[in-house]
Amino acid sequence: MTALLRVEGLSKSYGALRVTDGLSLSVEPGELHAVIGPNGAGKTTLIHQISGMTPPDAGRILFAGEDVTGRSMAGRALAGLARSFQITSILPRFSALQNVALAVQARSGSSFRFLSPVDGEAALTGPARDLLARFGLAERAEMPAGALSHGEKRQLELAIALATAPKLLLLDEPLAGTSHAESARIVEILRGLTGSVAILLVEHDMEAVFALADRVSVLVYGRVIATGAPEAIRSNPEVRAAYLGEEAA
Amino acid sequence: MARRLRREWLPLGLFLALALVPVLAPLGPQSFILSLMTRIVVVALAALSLDLLIGKGGLVSFGHAACLGIGAYAVGILSAEGVTDGGAHLAVAIAAAAFFALATGAVAMRTDGVHFIMITLAFGQMLYFLATALSAYGGDDGITLPGRSTVLGRDVLASDTVLYLAALGALLAAYLLLRRIAASRFGRVLEGARDNPVRMEAIGFRPFRFRLAAYLISAMIAAVAGVLLANQTGFVSPATMAWQRSGELIFIVVLGGLGSLHGAILGAIAFILAEELLSHWSEHWRIVFGPLLILAVLFARGGLAGLLTKGARP
Ligand SMILES: Nc1ncnc2c1ncn2[C@@H]1O[C@H](COP(=O)(O)OP(=O)(O)OP(=O)(O)O)[C@@H](O)[C@H]1O
Ligand SMILES: [Mg+2]
Repeated sequence: MTALLRVEGLSKSYGALRVTDGLSLSVEPGELHAVIGPNGAGKTTLIHQISGMTPPDAGRILFAGEDVTGRSMAGRALAGLARSFQITSILPRFSALQNVALAVQARSGSSFRFLSPVDGEAALTGPARDLLARFGLAERAEMPAGALSHGEKRQLELAIALATAPKLLLLDEPLAGTSHAESARIVEILRGLTGSVAILLVEHDMEAVFALADRVSVLVYGRVIATGAPEAIRSNPEVRAAYLGEEAA
Repeated sequence: MARRLRREWLPLGLFLALALVPVLAPLGPQSFILSLMTRIVVVALAALSLDLLIGKGGLVSFGHAACLGIGAYAVGILSAEGVTDGGAHLAVAIAAAAFFALATGAVAMRTDGVHFIMITLAFGQMLYFLATALSAYGGDDGITLPGRSTVLGRDVLASDTVLYLAALGALLAAYLLLRRIAASRFGRVLEGARDNPVRMEAIGFRPFRFRLAAYLISAMIAAVAGVLLANQTGFVSPATMAWQRSGELIFIVVLGGLGSLHGAILGAIAFILAEELLSHWSEHWRIVFGPLLILAVLFARGGLAGLLTKGARP
């Protein structure tokens, strides 16, 4: 019962379509748990429900020992649940630095301060600059986030999520649309986080998944058909048939 | 310093020009100029407060004239009851506007987009009809004030110049305050929630609270504008809070340049001067005014402020 995140019997339907079908899974502290599955399997919908963006029809979500099923997305974020979006979600008019500093601000004291200039707060811009530097975006700090390249935006989004100092990161295809070098850097950063920050990683890049994951769950039609160590998943005949088949062939 | 001057020349120039009005007014029809310019400054103050909502918060309130009306009626009702003190007028106006903002905002801020526009319009109209029903205070016809608000028992605002300077002082104070707010932690969250509310929630902010606070601040400033407006016109009626007035305020903010704050001032000057000039020129001036406004919005993206500061971006 030490799991950081425990999802129990989660269900969600859109009309007649069962997108999440009695799904259960857990993430241990510091663990990187990858979720793979074909397009439309319900991976993004799962992340929406865990993060509080979409309410489930049934089931429970326990985070750090508390039932957060009824909590708002903001409430979960403050409790240490951060997420990235499959479709990049940033503040395009703000500079890259302001994007990250705002996420630092969310966790450091009240934001009902009306008179002192926020850009002058070293307690916010300091950590934000450090994070940007880790993603190789130091030179882009003052640029409007909307003007960054696609790959840079993906990395900025990760920096924003990390800036909230999360206990658990929910990542929805962080590598999609990044260049080879960018993707290598992201994998490196994620590897550096394992042990300290737990990660639920949805990703299509199998090389990255099998290199990073402690455990892999395979999601098909809203249901987990297998969970296990990467090696076990790779050789699981059911998984090969349902998902890895085309790649193995 | 030089860079700052280059970036800030427009607001500096605007306030400088407005400060020169009392000096230059005696060269022309003084009382006409002062009354026109007082009206401009008061409307600019109301538009400025609305820019916090629309420009910074992305909240298109279609009921902002209600707050202006609350300020005007505070003066009207208190004066009719024999309370002429300006301090009391301001205190009651601000308190009543705050109450109105919290009560209606708690509902309106749970909606967005077109629903928000419609619900603020509805609340504004509610107050409008409430005012028409106030038969003790003139109902539809409104009330003529016995005189202007007094300051510490003295009739200093009786001078048009003093009233103008008081209005300009309020505008400058509100402008400086809103600029600080816009650059603060609070302002950053408000703008973030305008651009991407889902992202804001995902990092732990609840936009509702920040929007409600912005609504409150904006309403209180508009109420001050209402107090000044009543003093300028010497008359208070439901027409002050008609939905057309709210529409004009939105227009002024868009015309001036959303979110720039000084754009609202520029918009008020342009709007009221154009209205004044055209209405002298022909009684069918509205036929020209409408298309002119549409052209201005179409061709001046970023509003008049954007047009004037093009190329001066840092
Ligand atoms: N809001 C919605 N309304 C109706 N159907 C939806 C909605 N959101 C998702 N779906 C459907 O649910 C199914 C699962 O979608 P989801 O985005 O969770 O899949 P996914 O596993 O993330 O796919 P991908 O790998 O392509 O990102 C899809 O068939 C999708 O069309
Ligand atoms: Mg998806």
